[in-house]
Amino acid sequence: METFITALTVFVLAVFVGVYVINRVPPLLHTPLMSGSNAISGITVVGAMISIATPGRVSTILGFIAVALATINVVGGFLVTDRMLAMFRKKE
Amino acid sequence: MLSLINILYLVASVLFILGLVGLAHPKTAVRANRMGALGMLVAIVGTLLDRNVIDAGMNGFMLIAAAMAVGGLIGAVLALKIKMTAMPQMVALLNGFGGAASVLVSGAALHDASNPNMQLLIATAAGGVIGAVTFWGSLVAFDKLQEWVLPGKPIHYPMQQPLNILLALIAIGLAVWVVRDPSALHAYWALVVVSSILGITLTIPIGGADMPVAIALLNSYSGLAGAATGFVLNNNALIITGSLVGASGIILSQIMCKAMNRSLANVLLGKMGAGSSDGASADETYAGRVKSTSPEEIAMLLETARRVVIVPGYGLAVSQAQHAVRELASLLEAKGATVEYGIHPVAGRMPGHMNVLLAEADVPYDKMKEMSEINPTFGQTDVVLVIGANDVVNPLANTDPTSPIAGMPILEVGNARSVIVMKRSLSPGFAGIPNPLFAADNCLMYFGDGKAAVQALVAAVKEG
Repeated sequence: METFITALTVFVLAVFVGVYVINRVPPLLHTPLMSGSNAISGITVVGAMISIATPGRVSTILGFIAVALATINVVGGFLVTDRMLAMFRKKE
Repeated sequence: MLSLINILYLVASVLFILGLVGLAHPKTAVRANRMGALGMLVAIVGTLLDRNVIDAGMNGFMLIAAAMAVGGLIGAVLALKIKMTAMPQMVALLNGFGGAASVLVSGAALHDASNPNMQLLIATAAGGVIGAVTFWGSLVAFDKLQEWVLPGKPIHYPMQQPLNILLALIAIGLAVWVVRDPSALHAYWALVVVSSILGITLTIPIGGADMPVAIALLNSYSGLAGAATGFVLNNNALIITGSLVGASGIILSQIMCKAMNRSLANVLLGKMGAGSSDGASADETYAGRVKSTSPEEIAMLLETARRVVIVPGYGLAVSQAQHAVRELASLLEAKGATVEYGIHPVAGRMPGHMNVLLAEADVPYDKMKEMSEINPTFGQTDVVLVIGANDVVNPLANTDPTSPIAGMPILEVGNARSVIVMKRSLSPGFAGIPNPLFAADNCLMYFGDGKAAVQALVAAVKEG
């Protein structure tokens, strides 16, 4: 129960930080915001790595697929965001 | 070691937050995004120190590296090849992969747990449901935008909502089963199957033009799925990032709904257009009052214009006319006019999409104005060029309370001295209603096909 309350505290506080921070992003950058936050949500890769490493064939296979999928999310998300943001220039 | 790992996760979380903070301005955004990427690297390095990973030895490490190499390669190719117009599909696909990863990680955790506690079980079930809905919902959204298998139109069939409710109830039932009897792995996978079907049936009624909302929402789900996985593994980095992304998606979908003056439920149920209005028909609206114009005539108008506002719609992006529009703007600026772009929040296929498409054509970002910023300036604007947009400039939104777009905030282009609407025909936009703007005294219609029409106009301005 204790750990759950701690986790819940972290979750709720992070939602507040999220709302506050995201509201400051101008509509101009909403697409990069989505692809960038998407890349960050690929953090599941961390959990997937632990699944690979956990003894047992099932979790290794599931973890392997999950690491691959989450890495697509991470690498694809950050790269495409970088590509987009590089296009936003001030008037020459 | 555990505390070192947790400190690294903390560092990663801080970098993620700073990455989002930096997105508040285009100047700091590139660096901010790289900070986010650095945060991910820190989190991954931290996980390599995890007891399980170290115990798995070289073998485990090689497996992780191999999976990352495969995913990294696919991700990099996708990111570098994708066209900017296809960005919504890209985001949908990436969302989906994140959701699927959550399903698999939760499944693996349940499989391995010897004596799972309540938190792990509830979070596993939640991760399974949200992850599967996200994965299949995103695939449907991707397909609808790409129009491969399913049409972009909303799909309706009898008993649609009862069926969804039934599926949701079955999913909840299975979730309870998983929580009560952790050994029932088959219940978890049945839960995933039912949630997958639910993900599909929830997304198919949503029309192509409503996809901005759906994608923002799926983005939020993928975050929540990640947070649920964080509760499964008791991992703060996952919980923090999951909730950041969850918040971001929900905020964006709310912004989109507000920009269409529709409730989230209305969008999700694909209601738009169903209750068509009994307003004036196209014939009544346009009867003999629509004036057609030529590139030469527009060039003459633009010759004396001091201030020009361009209102781009999705039609502009479809016909790839951004570069021609940018060329036109440069010509006008060379003649001493001010040119700005008025961008409606739902102008593209996802939040902020139109800005990216214009940025790709080298339009400086300080020329792109939000609706609230540009609306007061139309009174001092000589010429407005509406290119491939329709519903977002329809004055019926303000004047006809029975219209399907009633109350939707619009770009009030009618206040400008002259309005030129570039369009292929008088056909209605997504809302399926005529646009009285086209028949207004100060409005001229320039019929033509996006890119070619703009190019003809560029040629006329050059000659003029």
